Amino acid sequence: MTQPVTVTTAGDPLPELPGGAPYDVTVIGAGVVGTAIARALAHHPVRTALVEASDDIGDGTSKANTAILHTGFDAVPGSLEARLVREGQRKLAAYAAGTGIPVERVGALLVAWDAGQLAALPALLAKAEANGYHAARLLDADEVAEREPHLGPGALGALEVPDESVICPWTTPLAFATQAVRAGVHLHLDCRVGRIEPAPDHHTLTTGRGPLRTRYLINAAGLHADEIDRQFGHDHFTVTPRRGQLIVFDKLARDLVRHILLPVPTAAGKGVLVAPTVFGNVLLGPTAEELDDKTATESTQEGIALLREKGRRILPRLLDEEVTAVYAGLRAATGHEDYRIQAHPGLNYIAVGGIRSTGLTASMAIADHVTALLADTGLALGTPVALEPLTMPGLGETGERPCLDAGLIARDPAYGTLVCHCERVTEGEIRDALRSTLPPRSVAGLARRTRAGNGRCQGFSCGAGLRARIEEGSRT
Amino acid sequence: MTRRERSVDVLVVGAGPAGLGAAAALAASGVRRVEVLEREQTAGGIPRHCHHKGFGSRRTSGGISGPEYARRSAAAATGAGAVLRTGITVTGWAGPRILDTTGPGGLERITARTVVLATGARERPRSARLVPGTRPAGVYTTGELQQAVHLHHQHIGSRAVIVGDEPVADAAAGTLRAAGVEVVARVTDRPPVRPAALEPLHSAPLLTRTAVTALTGRPRLTGVAVRHEDGRTTTLPCDTVVFTGDWIPEHELARRAGLPLDAGTRGPAHDAAYRTGEPGVFAVGNVLHGVESAGTAAAEGRALAVPVLRHLATGDWPADRPAVAVAAPLEWITPNLIGPGDDRPLGDRFILRTGRSLTAPLLVVRQDGVELHRRRLLRPARPGRPFHLPAGWLDRADPHGGTVHVSLD
Ligand SMILES: Cc1cc2nc3c(=O)[nH]c(=O)nc-3n(C[C@H](O)[C@H](O)[C@H](O)COP(=O)(O)OP(=O)(O)OC[C@H]3O[C@@H](n4cnc5c(N)ncnc54)[C@H](O)[C@@H]3O)c2cc1C
Ligand SMILES: Cc1cc2nc3c(=O)[nH]c(=O)nc-3n(C[C@H](O)[C@H](O)[C@H](O)COP(=O)(O)OP(=O)(O)OC[C@H]3O[C@@H](n4cnc5c(N)ncnc54)[C@H](O)[C@@H]3O)c2cc1C
Repeated sequence: MTQPVTVTTAGDPLPELPGGAPYDVTVIGAGVVGTAIARALAHHPVRTALVEASDDIGDGTSKANTAILHTGFDAVPGSLEARLVREGQRKLAAYAAGTGIPVERVGALLVAWDAGQLAALPALLAKAEANGYHAARLLDADEVAEREPHLGPGALGALEVPDESVICPWTTPLAFATQAVRAGVHLHLDCRVGRIEPAPDHHTLTTGRGPLRTRYLINAAGLHADEIDRQFGHDHFTVTPRRGQLIVFDKLARDLVRHILLPVPTAAGKGVLVAPTVFGNVLLGPTAEELDDKTATESTQEGIALLREKGRRILPRLLDEEVTAVYAGLRAATGHEDYRIQAHPGLNYIAVGGIRSTGLTASMAIADHVTALLADTGLALGTPVALEPLTMPGLGETGERPCLDAGLIARDPAYGTLVCHCERVTEGEIRDALRSTLPPRSVAGLARRTRAGNGRCQGFSCGAGLRARIEEGSRT
Repeated sequence: MTRRERSVDVLVVGAGPAGLGAAAALAASGVRRVEVLEREQTAGGIPRHCHHKGFGSRRTSGGISGPEYARRSAAAATGAGAVLRTGITVTGWAGPRILDTTGPGGLERITARTVVLATGARERPRSARLVPGTRPAGVYTTGELQQAVHLHHQHIGSRAVIVGDEPVADAAAGTLRAAGVEVVARVTDRPPVRPAALEPLHSAPLLTRTAVTALTGRPRLTGVAVRHEDGRTTTLPCDTVVFTGDWIPEHELARRAGLPLDAGTRGPAHDAAYRTGEPGVFAVGNVLHGVESAGTAAAEGRALAVPVLRHLATGDWPADRPAVAVAAPLEWITPNLIGPGDDRPLGDRFILRTGRSLTAPLLVVRQDGVELHRRRLLRPARPGRPFHLPAGWLDRADPHGGTVHVSLD
C-alpha cells in the first residue's frame, strides 16, 4: 500500500495535518540512525515526521565513515553498544541482501607488528568469544603473509575475523529514507530545529520553516543531540567531536589488499586501518582527534602526513597509488564508553545520543530498540505491517554494473552511454537518480547516489556535465 | 553474455589528436580496417574544449581554435577511410588485443591485430595533490573549467586563484577571463622562471616558491591558504581555485592489461616505434608522458603508421629491451625503452622534464658504465616545459645491454 510521498524542502511550507493534528512522532536528524528509526516507525499507523537541517539525508557523519559492517567482536562485553552492534550487523546484512545495498564480506585481520601486540591477540580472541562471536582465530606470521602478500615487512601474526564486511554507507540511509517516505513518513529537509517547547500534550519545535508540533520526539541529531537534549532541561551528556580523517586510494590499488587490515587496538583508540571499499577503492584511516568544533570536518596536513606514515608501514605500495579523495568525519563521542539511548516517558521524549563509531552497523537494531522504548513510553503503535520491498541501484564494484549489462542496454540505450568514465556511471543511472523518490540536489548528492564524479579524475572529464544535469534536474 | 564479436586490423582507443593522427596516417597508408573508439560524444580529445587559438600551425598564423582543430583532425581520419565511433567506451580487456566496449548500441568484444592506446592524460585534482582543508564548491582543474565555460556556459564565480605556472595555467587564466572571473593570484611552489619585470602585463600577481596549504570555506570556497618557502603564510580570498598541470596519463587500460609503466612518466614504457611491453599494443600521445602540445601528440600518431604496418606485415615484437632512466632532478624521458633496429624517436630527439630550473645543463648518457653521450644544452630547461636530448647516441647503445642512464653532470 503506497502512500503519497511527502518530501519538503526550503521554500515549501510545512504541511498541515488533517484536523490540524500534531505529528504522533517526530525524529530529528536524517542520518543513518534517524532514517533507520523513521523506517522502523513506518511499519506502524502513526503519523511520523523526519526533520533534517541539511538539504539531503545522510549528509552528516553518516556520509563520512569507514563503511565497515562490524561483527562487534571487539565491543565492550555487556554494553548496549555490544548488543546493538551484534544484532544490527545481522539485521543490516539481511536487509542489504534483500534491497541490493552493496556488501562485501572480505574479513578482517588484526595485524600484530610487535611482540606486545602479538601478546594482546589471545585476549582479543577471548573478548570476541565473550561478545558471542566464535569464528575468530589466530594466524601465525606465515599465514598472514600468505593472506596478504603486499603487507609491509614485520607482521608477526594476526587475529582473523572472517565476518567483518564492508558496506555502502550512502545507499544504506538512502534505502531507509526511501522506504520510510514511500510508506508515508513526511521528510522535511532544509529544516533545522531550533527552540523546542516541551509540553505534555505536544511539543512545539521551532524550525527554519515554521513551527512543527509533535506528540512524541526522538532526538537522533548526531553531533547536536546534546543540544536538543538540554532543551528538555537535561544535562546528561555532552558531545565532543572526535575527528577521523581518511584517504581514498584509486581503484587501481584494490588488488593490493584482500582484507580489512585492522591495527591491534590500544588505549588511544582503534587506530588506523586499511580497508577495501565496496566501490573497489582502498581506504586508509581514520585519525582520532578530540576537537570542540562540531563543524570541523576539514582535513589537515598533519592528519594526512600521519595517515601516510601509518599506511607506508602497513601496505608500502599503497603510497605509490593515486589518491581520489581525502575526507573527514566526526564521531559523536560523549566521554562514556557506550551509547546514550534514554527514554523519558514523562516527557514523551527519547534521546539517541553518543552513537559513536558503530552507528552504521547498529542502525537497524538501534531503530528497533528505540521503537520498543517508544511503545513503553505510552504511544500505541498499533500492529506493524510489512513495507513495500525496495531495490536500490547497485553501486558495488563486484555487482552487476549497468554498463556491462547487455539486456538492460538493449531495453534502454541510456545505460550504454557513460557519463562518468572513471566510475563507469551511465546516463540511465543519473536519470534514474534525478527521478527517484529522493532526488539529489547537488553534485555531491548525485555522487552518493550513483558514484558519478567520485573517481580518480574528480571531474576533469565529467564534472561540468554532471553539474549541468543537476541544474537541468532542478529546473524540471 | 551477449557481446557482439567483431574483428578489425587496427583498433585505436581514444579520438584525441594522437589517436586521430594515427588513424588518418594508417588508413592513408592502406591499412584496411582502422577503427577509432571515443568515449565522448564528440571526437577531438582535449582540444574540443580549448577555445583559444594556438592549435595547428602555431608559428605562422597563430593557429586555429581547439574545436576547429578537433573537427579537422576527425575529418582527416574519416576522410582517409578510418571508421570513427563516438560514445563508445573501452571498458577492459578480454585477452591480449581483445577489447570489450560499451555503447548505446550494446556491448561488443573487438579483436584487433593491433591495438593503439591513445587515451590521453588528465590533470591531478586537488585530492590527488593532498591539499587539505574543507571540501567546498568552486574547485576546478583546467579541463573541468574549460568544459564548464565553453561547453556548458556555466557560472563560475568572481575571484579566482590559479595554482600552477605551466602553459596550461595561461589557458586557465584565459578561460577565467572569458567567463568574467577576475584572477587574483597565480601560485607556484617553484622559483621564478623570469624576472618580475618580464611578467606579461595585466596578468595577476605570481607568487613563486609558495605552496597551497589548505582550502577554506563551506559550502563555497572562501580562500586559499598559502605558505611561502621562508615561512610567511597568508590566505588569498577567492571563491574559485583552478589546479593546473601536474599531469597523469590516463593509464587505466594500460595497467589493466599489465603493460609495464615507466616510473617517471607513469605512462606505458615504450620505444621509439611506440611499442609497449605487450606484443601488438602500441601507445601514442599524452598517455605516454602527460601533456605535450596537441601538435606533438598528433605527430606521434602519424609517426605510428610505419611501425604498425611493419608489425602487421611481420608480427615481430621485441622481447626485453633496455630501459632509459633519468636521475633527479630530471623527472622523466620519452621514449624510455631502447628498441632493436634503427627506429628514431620523433624529430630524432628524446623529450625530457626537469623538476627544477636548469641553466645550460650538461646531460650525460651512460650504459653499463660506458659513456655514450655528453652534451651541454644551450637553452635553460624549466619545470613543466619540454626540453630535448638529441638521439644521435642511439646507434651506440646496446639493445641487449643494461639500463641507459641519463643524468646531469
Ligand atoms: C571516521 C569515522 C569512521 C566510522 N566508521 C564506522 C564504521 O566503519 N562502521 C560503522 O558502523 N560506523 C562507523 N562510524 C560511525 C557512524 O558513521 C556513525 O555512528 C553514524 O553515522 C551516526 O549516525 P547519526 O544518524 O547518529 O548521525 P548523523 O549522520 O550525523 O546524522 C545526524 C543528522 O542530524 C541532523 N541534525 C543535527 N541537528 C539538527 C537540528 N537541530 N535540526 C535538524 N537536523 C539536525 C544533522 O544535519 C545530521 O544529518 C564512523 C564514524 C566516523 C566519524
Ligand atoms: C587544458 C589544456 C589546454 C591545452 N592547450 C593547448 C594548446 O593551446 N595548444 C596545444 O598545442 N596543446 C594544448 N594542450 C595539449 C593538447 O590538448 C594535448 O596534447 C592533446 O590533446 C593530446 O592528445 P591525445 O590524443 O594524446 O589525448 P587527448 O586529447 O586527451 O585524447 C584522448 C582521448 O581518448 C579518449 N579515451 C580515453 N580513454 C578511453 C576509453 N577507455 N575508451 C574510449 N575513449 C577513451 C578520451 O575521451 C579522449 O578524447 C592543452 C591541454 C589541456 C589539458
